[in-house]
Amino acid sequence: MPLLEVKQMTHYFGGLRAVHDFNLSIEKGEIRGLIGPNGAGKSTVFNLITGIYTPTEGEVLLNGKNIVGVPPHKIAAMGLGRTFQNLRLWRHMTVLEHVKMARFSKLTYGLVGAFFDTRERRRQEAESEKIARELLQLLGVHNVADELVTNLPYGVQRRVEMARALAVEPQILFLDEPTAGMNPEELTEMMSIIRQVHQEFGLAIFLIEHRMKFVMELCEHIQTLVFGEVIAEGTPEEIQHNPKVIEAYLGAEVET
Amino acid sequence: MSEKSTRSIRLGRLRQILHRLTAHFKDVPAMGWLLTGLVIALLEKVAGPSLAYLLGLSKLPALFGSLIVFAKPSFHFPFIFNDLTTIGAVLIYDLVIYVIPLLLVSRYTIGFANKISSMLYKKSTLISALVHILLLYLVLWLWTDVSTYRALVTRLTMIAVLITLSLNIINGYMGEFSASHPGFIAVGAYATSIFTIAMFTDSTLFGAAKLPAALAPFFFPIALILGGAAAAISALVVAIPSFRTRGDYLAIISLAFMFIVKSFFENLEFAGGPRGLGGQPNLASLPVIFFWMILGIWIINNFVRSTFGKALNSVRDDELAADAMTVDTRQTKMTAFLFGAFWAGVAGGLLAHVLRYINPGSFGLQKLAEVLAMVYFGGLNSVLGSIVGAVSMNLLGEALRPLEIYKWIVIPVILILVMIYRPTGLIAFREFDIEDIVKPKTQKEGDDAAS
Repeated sequence: MPLLEVKQMTHYFGGLRAVHDFNLSIEKGEIRGLIGPNGAGKSTVFNLITGIYTPTEGEVLLNGKNIVGVPPHKIAAMGLGRTFQNLRLWRHMTVLEHVKMARFSKLTYGLVGAFFDTRERRRQEAESEKIARELLQLLGVHNVADELVTNLPYGVQRRVEMARALAVEPQILFLDEPTAGMNPEELTEMMSIIRQVHQEFGLAIFLIEHRMKFVMELCEHIQTLVFGEVIAEGTPEEIQHNPKVIEAYLGAEVET
Repeated sequence: MSEKSTRSIRLGRLRQILHRLTAHFKDVPAMGWLLTGLVIALLEKVAGPSLAYLLGLSKLPALFGSLIVFAKPSFHFPFIFNDLTTIGAVLIYDLVIYVIPLLLVSRYTIGFANKISSMLYKKSTLISALVHILLLYLVLWLWTDVSTYRALVTRLTMIAVLITLSLNIINGYMGEFSASHPGFIAVGAYATSIFTIAMFTDSTLFGAAKLPAALAPFFFPIALILGGAAAAISALVVAIPSFRTRGDYLAIISLAFMFIVKSFFENLEFAGGPRGLGGQPNLASLPVIFFWMILGIWIINNFVRSTFGKALNSVRDDELAADAMTVDTRQTKMTAFLFGAFWAGVAGGLLAHVLRYINPGSFGLQKLAEVLAMVYFGGLNSVLGSIVGAVSMNLLGEALRPLEIYKWIVIPVILILVMIYRPTGLIAFREFDIEDIVKPKTQKEGDDAAS
């Protein structure tokens, strides 16, 4: 049974068909990519699977369980971590608080603990802090644990977001353009981070990316989305030489 | 350009002078300030009345003499508020009783206070905190014992602290603009009052007392919790429809809610209608209010520092991200809203038993403006800010009372200045750590040598 399976997912925004007949199957530990020109509906696919939108038609199965209509925080707690294209960090919170926050669903001390500072609460908060610090260490941002995120450079913020997504204890990680706005050096770094977390946690990864070099090097399997429809899928080599993909990116040649 | 730079230089020099002045006091621990307060309160109790008599003041200056100074406001040059001898007398009184002891005692008890502080701190934070709280209570009790007016102002201020904190949960920590707080206070005030009046007093509205009045103090906590719960339930009315959307909608719905509550009580004949409800038993004494304020600060501070409370910040800063990080945003918002309403209700119950008369008219727009001013003046997202905001706004309001209508020019101007120079309030976005407060201030000798 695949870890995540999407069957014939279709979504309409009013009369606009944003995604049509999208199918996906990701096994444990697999890295898959989703590419496509701007406005193709890549982020919509992410939002549909992670529960921010509910697909008009189709099924999404996580570990064999249908998660269509389940609220996003529950889907996340079931083992789906994600990052965002435009870094949705919380501007008044420190790095450590970010990572601890992603442990929200793992805390069981409830309101009694929250109100009265019980021993159980202290234990759980301490444990959650320990895990958070380990993740920060892993991503090399432990030295800024008590900084507000807004004071940090972009590359570091990206790492913090990754640490936060990992704190959810995901089985599968969704990365929405993890290298957006990065210079080539940062890009190589990000690639090694992704490889590292992939190996360390045996994660399945599903990523959206614009940079061909990045996708071709990381992914075992790529889908190309154009106007909400998958026009091609296969290994990086196959995609690279697929005439439809070339046409979508570069435009069709004018016949002479 | 040059004008600007000279101004900034002047400001920098001012800061330098301030820094030099405060440097002498940076090692004074909370214990030191409390001991100083104790000395001052004792001094005033012993020597205050005779000093006031000697200086020719007809009564003890209740709030540092501002009421006497502003007694006959004049808004024409040379702006003399009272005759110069009286103003001088008040200044001498303040200097002798407050300023000089404050500077001397705090400065020369640094060693002693730190010793006590570290002794207690080594035992446990809890004991240390309790001793600090007891001392604070002692200071307040001694200070308010000499004047009933001062005692009343202090009681109302402590209630204001609770109200401000409870609103800060919603407007600061959660970042939604809620205007329904007077409504919650009203619900709490009425629920508590109806309970205590019906149970413990012979009233025309509710008939003879059902329980002996001697039991009233024991049932008062139950009455307050009842008031809080009633307010929390009424908060559901706002929360359910408005949390489906964001931003302005909550502001509008909550404002409507406030007016609905007001007209509800105006039409509630059995609770006095627009004439109001009076004759509450005298239950909200200084220790009772002090206890509830400390309890409120403690619980609210615990809440906002837990991951559940921090979840409010995450929802405020980016709800989508919070959702994706397993935070149950809807439940979080609901909890915080009801929690804030609960404490507003408790504060309302206390307020009703201090004033011992409530009417729907007092829970309107003016109350809202007052509460909002305290929250935004003190600082969003900060327990300490709320305390500072409530205390300073309340004392200021009372101190400027003789200015009558002009008070409402002075206070808004101060508010505007704060908003210009510190848009989020005086002490915003800061954590309130009890351990940090009760800790001794001087570092160990080893640390000193290193630095």
